[in-house]
Amino acid sequence: LAAESYPDELLYHPEHDWARIEGDTATFGITWYAQDALGEVVFFDPPDVGATITAGQSYAEVESVKAVSDVIAPLSGEVTAVNEAVSETPELINEDPYTSGWLVKVKLTAPDEKGSLLDAGAYKAQLELGE
Amino acid sequence: LPATAAELKRTPLFKAHAEAGARLVPFAGWEMPVQYEGVRQEHVAVRTAAGVFDVSHMGEIETRGPRALEFLRHLLSNDLGKVGVGGAQYALLCRDDGGVLDDLFTYWLEEERFLTVVNAANAETDFNWFAKQADGWDGVEVVNRSADYAMLALQGPEAVACFEGIAEDGETPDRFHHGEATIAGARALVCRTGYTGEDGVELLIAPGDAEAVWRALMGAGVVPCGLGARDTLRLEVCYPLYGNDLSTDRTPIEAGLKWACALDNDFVGADRLREQVEEGPEEKLAPFVFTDQGIPRAGCAVMSGDERVGLVTSGTLSPCMEVGIGMAYVRSDLGSPGTELTVDVRGKRRAARVESKPLYKKES
Repeated sequence: LAAESYPDELLYHPEHDWARIEGDTATFGITWYAQDALGEVVFFDPPDVGATITAGQSYAEVESVKAVSDVIAPLSGEVTAVNEAVSETPELINEDPYTSGWLVKVKLTAPDEKGSLLDAGAYKAQLELGE
Repeated sequence: LPATAAELKRTPLFKAHAEAGARLVPFAGWEMPVQYEGVRQEHVAVRTAAGVFDVSHMGEIETRGPRALEFLRHLLSNDLGKVGVGGAQYALLCRDDGGVLDDLFTYWLEEERFLTVVNAANAETDFNWFAKQADGWDGVEVVNRSADYAMLALQGPEAVACFEGIAEDGETPDRFHHGEATIAGARALVCRTGYTGEDGVELLIAPGDAEAVWRALMGAGVVPCGLGARDTLRLEVCYPLYGNDLSTDRTPIEAGLKWACALDNDFVGADRLREQVEEGPEEKLAPFVFTDQGIPRAGCAVMSGDERVGLVTSGTLSPCMEVGIGMAYVRSDLGSPGTELTVDVRGKRRAARVESKPLYKKES
């Protein structure tokens, strides 16, 4: 399993989701903390390609043997791709939450929303406060 | 109100669990390991080798005296008279209306001495029920022994060999029997029973001996397993879980446990159960598998077409079968193996098929 990390190049939503922004597109996933809290992921229920997703709202579900967790969109947009490898092998989320464990790619409809996200330092500070 | 961490009870193995990397969660008033390395690895260890569960949270009630057998045959659904000294038997504890107060195992220790192991969440109410029912019975004494025992469930195809490897004396009891042995210098009541669908033994020991026995098992390469794997293992073989699949609103007949009811006897609740067998229950507990993706969860509605016909009481992803599995109370006419239904999982309809018990069938 992956060691705890929060890459500096990502932005974070307080509900334990990350975004890698490249121009007006972005890739989303869940953080190391989220996958650790959930335990081994056994099912990823993705949105449809073309679906509209809204910042702060659930766009997918990930499940461990014991629990279901909503995945919150860090930014608003339209889904352009879902990670089929994760649908096939959900434990990729545990093994590599930031690269091969990505969940969706999105065309952003409100890129300015990124101002409300946390950088790695602020997200880590939030985790420490929570613990 | 939910118990706070300060109010949770801890088993004598709490420290050992923390050292082994357990994730501890509140369960039935206890702080218990839900997993160590991961539910799936632990599940597979029990199906293919040997795993051990700390089940010291479970309650123990001793019933003794010249009329103890007669009393237990009155109180419990099954007929202990069929097993004899040294035997073990599963039964339901019912109210007069047939509602299930608990499911439990009773070990016949000596001619006039019995030990009943009950679910942690019900330990107090069960004991109170035993004590109240024993009122007016001369020659029956009921004692709450919950604080006197720690309990380890050693389960898996290699469990018995592992037990024999570390036991310093004693013999391995036959299935549904018990005996005594010494492990790590500790005397243990050894019961050839379990809740996983695998062979194995359950060890009842003094709380002060628990850590030494646990370490002996770890030294023998047994995998520590948490309540998460205990739940997936029991669900694959369709053992009911009290609080999910059994409650005072359900009878053993509805739960498919008629085999554990000696309906020719006059135990508490028997009249109602005989009546229900005669009438046929309106609903019954049906094991099912998903023929679709997704994972059923307790509380999901079961549908036939657009009609709601039942409720899932247990559900998970089966680590061995790699599909969603569960048990649901459904209209009796829809509870036969082969029936196609759907389960509403948070708004998505997932296709399911009723199957026979057990869902997981061991390859032989």
